[in-house]
Amino acid sequence: MKYETIIGLEVHVELKTDSKLCCGCSTKFPAEPNTLTCPVCLGLPGALPVLNKKAIDLGITAGLALNCKISRECKFDRKQYFYPDLPKGYQITQFYAPICRTGWLKKEFPTGRRRIRITRIHLEEEAGRSYHSGAGIIDSDYSLLDYNRSSIPLIEIVTAPDLRSPREAKEFMEELKIILEYTGVSDCKMEEGSLRCDANISVRRQGDRELGKRAEVKNMNSFRAVEAALEYEAKRQIELLEQNTPLESEETRAWDEGNRETVFMRFKEKAYEYRYFPDPDLLPVIINDDWIKGIRNKLPELPNSKRERYIQEFRLPKDDAALISSSKPMAEFFEAVLKDYSGEPKNVSNWIIGDLVRLINQEKIEFHQIKLKPEALGQMLKILDQGVISSKIAKTVFEEMFYTGNKPEIIIKEQGLEQISDVQLIQEIVVKVMADHPQSIQDYLSGKKKAKSFLVGQVMKETKGKANPGIVNVLLEKELEKIKE
Amino acid sequence: MEIVEMSLGQLRKLLDNKEISALEMTKGFLGHIAQLDPEINAFITITEEEALFAAREADARIAKKEGITPLTGIPIAIKDNICTKGVKTTCGSKMLANFIPSYDATVVTKLKQAGAVLIGKTNLDEFAMGSSTESSYFGLTRNPWDLKRIPGGSSGGSAAAVAAGMVPLALGSDTGGSIRQPAAFCGIFGLKPTYGRVSRYGLVPYASSLDQVGPMARTAKDLAVLYHNISGYDPLDSTTVPLLPEKVNDLPQGLKGLRFGIPCESYDKKIDPGIKEKLLLVADLLEKAGCIPVEVSLPSLEYAAAIYYLIAFAEASSNLARYDGVRYGYRSEEQTDMISMFRQTREEGFGREVKRRILLGTCFLTPEYYEDYYLKAEKGRARMKKDFARAFLECEFMLTPTTTVVPNIIREKTDDLLSKYLSEVCTVAANLTGIPALTFPCGCINGLPVGAQLMARAGKEETLFRVASFIEGELGVVKGGIR
Ligand SMILES: [Zn+2]
Repeated sequence: MKYETIIGLEVHVELKTDSKLCCGCSTKFPAEPNTLTCPVCLGLPGALPVLNKKAIDLGITAGLALNCKISRECKFDRKQYFYPDLPKGYQITQFYAPICRTGWLKKEFPTGRRRIRITRIHLEEEAGRSYHSGAGIIDSDYSLLDYNRSSIPLIEIVTAPDLRSPREAKEFMEELKIILEYTGVSDCKMEEGSLRCDANISVRRQGDRELGKRAEVKNMNSFRAVEAALEYEAKRQIELLEQNTPLESEETRAWDEGNRETVFMRFKEKAYEYRYFPDPDLLPVIINDDWIKGIRNKLPELPNSKRERYIQEFRLPKDDAALISSSKPMAEFFEAVLKDYSGEPKNVSNWIIGDLVRLINQEKIEFHQIKLKPEALGQMLKILDQGVISSKIAKTVFEEMFYTGNKPEIIIKEQGLEQISDVQLIQEIVVKVMADHPQSIQDYLSGKKKAKSFLVGQVMKETKGKANPGIVNVLLEKELEKIKE
Repeated sequence: MEIVEMSLGQLRKLLDNKEISALEMTKGFLGHIAQLDPEINAFITITEEEALFAAREADARIAKKEGITPLTGIPIAIKDNICTKGVKTTCGSKMLANFIPSYDATVVTKLKQAGAVLIGKTNLDEFAMGSSTESSYFGLTRNPWDLKRIPGGSSGGSAAAVAAGMVPLALGSDTGGSIRQPAAFCGIFGLKPTYGRVSRYGLVPYASSLDQVGPMARTAKDLAVLYHNISGYDPLDSTTVPLLPEKVNDLPQGLKGLRFGIPCESYDKKIDPGIKEKLLLVADLLEKAGCIPVEVSLPSLEYAAAIYYLIAFAEASSNLARYDGVRYGYRSEEQTDMISMFRQTREEGFGREVKRRILLGTCFLTPEYYEDYYLKAEKGRARMKKDFARAFLECEFMLTPTTTVVPNIIREKTDDLLSKYLSEVCTVAANLTGIPALTFPCGCINGLPVGAQLMARAGKEETLFRVASFIEGELGVVKGGIR
């Protein structure tokens, strides 16, 4: 029997704003507990929320990047429940009229290219954070509360149940992350919790039309965890189906990273327990065409289309195009180099993906912090193409540019790194090296081809790597031929 | 004349002419409070120290002739559901009996900036839920006109304090009539401003879409001055309207040609015949002044009380969720875990009426009832707004009773919930439709004051002040009670 896995995601994304959704407090992280608070985000009696326009801007941005319809009236509702880290006894969210509806994200899966539908995106505020002395709030002696995160703006992106495997879910999340980073909607740091996702997953026999009862899986803190948790859960549900004991009611489960399994938490809450109703403290925000147009005009080219363009226009291999377009600063750097450099784009991507990424990782910095200027890399590649330096020297020049931010021509001049192409000079060194290593010549003559490489190496050593390797090879060959005869 | 009987204008003159210092004036009012309040119980907290300090500052301003406003040096009382930094703000509840806000409400900031002297926090029905000031955790307030009777509510403390001359001015809050009904019962003026004209920032909410802070005073002009000092757009309250502050000038006298609506529905109710008589007297005065009476119809008024309670209770159930014992306010000792902390704290911290409203409001918001109750009420509210808009095409203002009865004896109606709820029938419409409404005293029945209500289109407070001021001039000051 074949089974089909049906997955829909609810992705929580912390918005990249300086201040909170409903007050002026900073969203800085990390900070001393309860230092970034005020009467509003502490829910003190009488304090009132005032919306952060930037958060609405970013909500619209996310909607446009995901091809959604933007609501003309942005309204807020109260979601009510009791919990110590929820200071007002309700969360300000959008239940009845989300800011965005019905969009999609196109994604190339191993099974082909598909559109994953976005059902809705809504804005909401974060709760505070609890630190329990024990395992949970009920069995702890005490719990500590930090309201720094209270009222930090979030969007929740809800997909249709369009994903068909845990791997697709993971890949969708990766793509979504790239888009949200690109558009400046979020930092998307899963470790810091600025990107989280819950998954609704069910299985059915292939060919069945009706969806099975689903489980909501929470607490997946990395892309890998998303895949692993959903694989576990799909397998579990299929086994239940095979034993003729499928899920009977919808339940919420948590991924246990240590034991690599999903654990039952509770049966799913029904909507009424939240008693949603329109928040009377916030009047509807009217989003007009100009507002949307202003944001659309500022929307950057999205990674998907960049990737396509790199393949078409620059003839980059698929993997290079995907990697470079996956980071906005990297893509911008790549394109900036190509403004100065008219050689092969693949040369540029090689340097970025190779040496540059290696150095960045080594120095543990972010791409946008590098000293290296794109014009400098373009200039270096020109010089390399002209044969003024060897590709080996180029590596030295590149590192120097990376650490100092200096121009390549200055580095080459100051350190005397120019390639030696003077035949006369190289001829002299070749002769000297041959005289110094008679054994190597004997070896060569007795058929050991490796000996020649050794001699080339010695010439390069004498010239501190600056000799044009092509010329060295030709001259050495000539001299060896002479001896043979 | 004693200062406790004086109007704001008279007090101002004394201060400006240095016939009395603000410090002496404040001490005078504090003395009057000390004398009367043990019996009336209008105040929950008297901020003597802060008041004397503010009075000295006011004197310094007056001496330097710098930054003097109409309120500089004038004692004012604040209803105890309006946050005052460093001063207990209890909402008349055990839940907040020891709650000291870390910030000032916007209206309080404005009064302080104007140099007013905040003299104390006044009693109210618990969380402003009531119309008799009998449900306060800090005991009931008595009507200065007759100590056996209620002062009305929920701003009963402010009304009694102004009526008894303990302060010339006070702030109240009005969700369904909580300024106007006690003002009428205590024979003073009270205004429920247009929704969005006065900031709610720092007003502990009962029902956010209906609540407004408003002035209470002994003359129409005093009422207007206080209103102008507290109104205006506030970036901290998204529901305030960005309008330029209005200018206070001497109110114009002429009323000629103004049409006043008499909603037939308002007079069909079981109104005390004495009150009806007073209203007819007012109508006569208006006609004599050149106003034109127009009969208007507000069919949806019949449902006003039902709509009001559905919306107010629903919002209240949500607004009062934050009192959970976690961060501030009362926390029960009888708790062993999170759930019992929530449950016991709310069980012990809230009074009966508050719990009743929270439970009913919670019920109205569950999906089983949401559509049939809450949404229907919102639809009814929308229809009321249309009815009023239509009626206001035919008139500039309306004249109705403020209450259908005179103040009852204390504890007389404690258990008669329905009649209590229906007693707000005249006032709730202004809250539901967001329009301004003013009550003014228009005489007495058996030594008890009677109020009449004026309503106008949104933003037309000036019309109300003009009319009230005119009638005040015609009727003279309605006096009584134990000043
Ligand atoms: Zn804050």
